[in-house]
Amino acid sequence: MAEVSSGTRQAHWRKTSTLTYVVLAIWFLFGFVAPWFAKELDAASFLGFPLGYYFIVQGSLIVFVLLIVVHNILQDNIDEEHGLAEE
Amino acid sequence: MNTQAQGTRFVDRLGKVYGLYTLGFLVFFALMAIFEQFGASARAIGVLFLLFTLAIYATIGWLSRTMQVDAYYVAGREVPALYNGMATAADWMSGASFVALAGGIYFGGYPYLGFVIGWTGGYVLVNALMAPYLRKFGCYTVPDFIGTRYGGNLARFCAVFVLVVASFTYVTAQINATGTIASRALGIPFEIGVWFGLLGILLCSMLGGMRGVTWTQVAQYIVLIIAYLVPLIWMSNEQGFGVIPHFGYGEAAQRIQQLEAEYGLQAAAEAVAGLKVLTTAHFDPQTSLDSWKFVTLALCMMAGTASLPHILMRYFTTPSVRQARKSVGWSLFFIFLLYFSAPALATLTKLQLLDPSLATAVVGKAVEDVMALEWVKNWSAVGMLSVVDQSGDGIVQLNEFFMRPDIVVLATPEIAGLPYVISGLVAAGGMAAAMSTADGLLLAIANALSHDLYYKIIDPQADTRRRLVVARVLLVGIGAAAALVASLKLTGILGAVAWAFCFACSGLFFPLVLGIWWKRANREGAIAGMIAGFLAGSIYLYHVYGGGAQLWSIDHLRFGMVGMPVSLVVMVAVSLMTPEPDAETQAMVDETRIPTGDSILAETH
Repeated sequence: MAEVSSGTRQAHWRKTSTLTYVVLAIWFLFGFVAPWFAKELDAASFLGFPLGYYFIVQGSLIVFVLLIVVHNILQDNIDEEHGLAEE
Repeated sequence: MNTQAQGTRFVDRLGKVYGLYTLGFLVFFALMAIFEQFGASARAIGVLFLLFTLAIYATIGWLSRTMQVDAYYVAGREVPALYNGMATAADWMSGASFVALAGGIYFGGYPYLGFVIGWTGGYVLVNALMAPYLRKFGCYTVPDFIGTRYGGNLARFCAVFVLVVASFTYVTAQINATGTIASRALGIPFEIGVWFGLLGILLCSMLGGMRGVTWTQVAQYIVLIIAYLVPLIWMSNEQGFGVIPHFGYGEAAQRIQQLEAEYGLQAAAEAVAGLKVLTTAHFDPQTSLDSWKFVTLALCMMAGTASLPHILMRYFTTPSVRQARKSVGWSLFFIFLLYFSAPALATLTKLQLLDPSLATAVVGKAVEDVMALEWVKNWSAVGMLSVVDQSGDGIVQLNEFFMRPDIVVLATPEIAGLPYVISGLVAAGGMAAAMSTADGLLLAIANALSHDLYYKIIDPQADTRRRLVVARVLLVGIGAAAALVASLKLTGILGAVAWAFCFACSGLFFPLVLGIWWKRANREGAIAGMIAGFLAGSIYLYHVYGGGAQLWSIDHLRFGMVGMPVSLVVMVAVSLMTPEPDAETQAMVDETRIPTGDSILAETH
């Protein structure tokens, strides 16, 4: 295949890494911040669960699954936009 | 399936093959249920379940036999995302996840739940930082990446060393679990059960390598998830907690908190060796120290997930980078199915035992009535449960009901009065979970030793045949060594598992991440980072495990919190003090970052 220009590479990597940082920020929020404040969050309730408990046993896990799915869709778009998609 | 042409045909028919297999397993389950009605003994059903599933795994292992290098190391890179997701989920969920997770949540409360967040959130890291790039690289093993990215045998050797230590720590726990399950179901001594378990594991992996392991792991995932969900949903229906209890047990959790306040959580007047009474609240985070312990545990488990070679190498088997990413999503989804069920199971089981308004309650009932319950008698007989009236009031108090955490999953069907066929199913599920993880780990170790140590370092001239023979001899040898260690019963299951994660993240996390994300990272930095991180973590482990003072409340389950920062700082500092990598290496990193184009390493190498 044709050689990929360094401009394309840079633009692709800039978008890829920005997306990755956003994903990691959301991961941090649900993996660490929410569990850290579980006691405070427990004052609220969701579906009959205390909220802090809910995040740890279910909510954060659902967020993680969706986060990966959305991340991959956006990454596929970035790849296609720069002509770097396979298949 | 042992030639390429047939292999391709098999991949095209996966849906049909595994659909039929699932149906066959459900028919077998129904058949066992009918047998039970006709008076087959509990023991006979347990044996049949174990032998039937083992026979299937062994058949798959036999059909997947191969003498091709890429089939042996990376399953021919033809595993579709969905199936790789199932295989990874089985690879990932160990005997500990299956057997001990719900029990851990039952007894451990908030502090323990750090494992649940850690063991799922880690996949976000795998997907964001590692899997797609390592797939693009085209390596056979994790040290293959380190060795090629940084260059030189020393870097490769360090990675092999960390991999072996982390994986070996983990695999003994898995073989221990297969031994426990086999010995209980077949009625043989534990020491023999361990070897029986090893035999089953080798049947899956020896002939077909990664290809055999992949297709057996998919089969094992199907068994283990059915075995986890069927009892939970059945029990929930039987006890009136709703058809699918997952979204509605919040009130059960709140009721438990009420009951705990009523009874009071006190230590037992007199301890019973090996058994526990409930002393930790169901969910009660208090101080910021609790929060600190939670997030440090979660972080070690997450970084460990993203560094454990038996997980990362599963993503080398997909046909493309995009498929590798997609399969991380499927992996976490399939893992999530079990992980969001475990807290539901722990909560409902606890409520059944604690709530005096339920027929199944134990706490608050007369001691002789409880002692007369069939399941209490069964589990007391094998020393896994004990009811002792230490206060002498004739009533079972919360701190007089002792049990082993492991049995929460295994005994739940009996507590709820489900037929024995369910217990047989659960035993088969536990076996599948432990076997599939042990397979992945043994293969990771043997492949690193055969490919990286033997072929790349010791004898680069070795021909294909010789390489694959060496790989298999190592697999058997390491399996035997692990079984030997397991039969000595040195550590509890959970301790060893957490250690494996900490070893892996101390030594490998930053060299892997920075290898992709920081072009300036060089050989000297990586070697120093691996050695310093691994040593710092190990020394700290030795220090606290031997009773030394803890730094910032970091105990032996979280020693990665010491290893990782040391590894990062040393790696960055040494990299900056030494010359930057050559232009060729930098171009290689650029190439790794885009999904298209040839892989860095040749298809077969």
